[in-house]
Amino acid sequence: MKQIWVISKRELQSFFDSLTAYIMLVAFLGFSGLFTWLYGSDVFFVKQASLQAFFGVAYWTLFFFIPALTMRQFAEENKTGTIELLLTRPVNDWQVVIGKFLATLLLIIIALAFTLPYYITVASLGKIDHGAVITGYLGLIFMSAAYISIGIFTSSISNNQIIGFLLALAIGIMFQFLFSFISQGSGGIVSEILDYLSVNTHFESISRGVIDSKDIIYFLSLIFFGLVSTEAVLTKNRR
Amino acid sequence: MDIVVENLTKIYGTQRAVDDITFRVKTGEVLGFLGPNGAGKTTTMKAITTYLIPNEGQIKVGEFSISEQPEEIKKRIGYLPENNPLYEDMPVIDYLRFVAELQGIEKSKISDKLREMVDICGLEGEKHKKIGELSKGYKQRVGLAQALIHDPEVLILDEPTSGLDPNQIVEIRELIKKIGRKKTVILSSHILAEVEATCDRIMIINKGKIVADGSSEELRKHAQGKEILKVTIEDGDWNSIFEKLQKIDSVEVVDILNKDKNIFEIQSKNNQTSRKKVFRVCVDNHWTLTEMTPIETKLEDVFRELTLS
Repeated sequence: MKQIWVISKRELQSFFDSLTAYIMLVAFLGFSGLFTWLYGSDVFFVKQASLQAFFGVAYWTLFFFIPALTMRQFAEENKTGTIELLLTRPVNDWQVVIGKFLATLLLIIIALAFTLPYYITVASLGKIDHGAVITGYLGLIFMSAAYISIGIFTSSISNNQIIGFLLALAIGIMFQFLFSFISQGSGGIVSEILDYLSVNTHFESISRGVIDSKDIIYFLSLIFFGLVSTEAVLTKNRR
Repeated sequence: MDIVVENLTKIYGTQRAVDDITFRVKTGEVLGFLGPNGAGKTTTMKAITTYLIPNEGQIKVGEFSISEQPEEIKKRIGYLPENNPLYEDMPVIDYLRFVAELQGIEKSKISDKLREMVDICGLEGEKHKKIGELSKGYKQRVGLAQALIHDPEVLILDEPTSGLDPNQIVEIRELIKKIGRKKTVILSSHILAEVEATCDRIMIINKGKIVADGSSEELRKHAQGKEILKVTIEDGDWNSIFEKLQKIDSVEVVDILNKDKNIFEIQSKNNQTSRKKVFRVCVDNHWTLTEMTPIETKLEDVFRELTLS
């Protein structure tokens, strides 16, 4: 556990050292602030004390930002060879993978924490559904965790950050809307399976205020597959 | 801690990078891996550090095996990989602290340990600089510091002096010698003088196989086999000297290097020496022996002979 934290701490530090973290925070708060307060179906336009607009924007912004955060996590280490030094320390592959995963997740949670003033302000404007807000944040965290694990996996397979980024985005797009898009056009069992695979379905159901074990299991299994595949790649590279 | 490598084989695709290698390194020994590029030095070292998983064979460091207890080995090993990869965007001291924490050094001792490493490796002036801003020599010192920080019993150094200037090379060699007294050290190089200067034992690897193993003197003797003497004999006629020298029973061949100055090269038969007899011949004929130099085979020649086949 301590080893995981040591790795996470360094990863998080490197996000801040390389300015990535600041750029991400500013852009994320800028976008979500704009669409929550000023533009499109913002709070004043819908005349409701609700954060639905914010969750909708955050859902898409995070979708694009996460691959940019995860793309260097293993690709860079593979390229410079530092992965070899890391894996010959008294840590196992799992601790390295989870350490990196948690660092990015922590950065996303920090970004989301900065949006709490939105919540406080909106709550003071009228009656807000507190339950929906909490589950909305929870949905964002689950969805981020799933994309982080995919991003870490695509970063681990090569030493090229761009490949890591594009592949994460390509896989992400399938889960983000391609599955639900195809599902609507088809019928029967195929439609149901694709609908179940779509992140959108589960995110909406959670952010509506219902925490269903079905959705939790869905996200946990996505995370699990991402991390297991990453570990498998690390082991394969040493054979 | 002893390192025991048994029947190690590592195959990349169809190429046998390391082919059934067996050897043992004892505590306190500094072993030098010598070989042309691509001979299998790095692969063997990576396998000992538990990074590479071999196709066949077993490696034990102390009582721990790389397949059963890799974590125990990792705690006790210090590793400087080829090309010295480091996190370029981290300041030196932060990086060393990160390594210390990962190696499980107690929190209370980390500061002392960092100071000690900065001291030993001469990093005082650069400890707050980012690693990427350092010159190659200083980077190499950071590489050594990260390998030594947890006081490992075994040190694996892959080309520790590559890319350094002559002064730095001497410094690093001294450091390795000093550290090597209490530890088991394996270092690789393709610079012969370096291995000769720092190592107790040399192992030459070629095409994945061990082709020679021993101290530098042993390797020379092994390659030489025959004694070769260069002699200068004055106060005599070269022709008669040549005849008399050839009649010595232990002499195989006599070469004339210079007729005017009477310089000869005498090659003895296998495992025989002709020094005393050459002197006797000179005394008997009232000649003056002004030079007798044994010609040593250079380690370079041994290396070429073993690896060019």
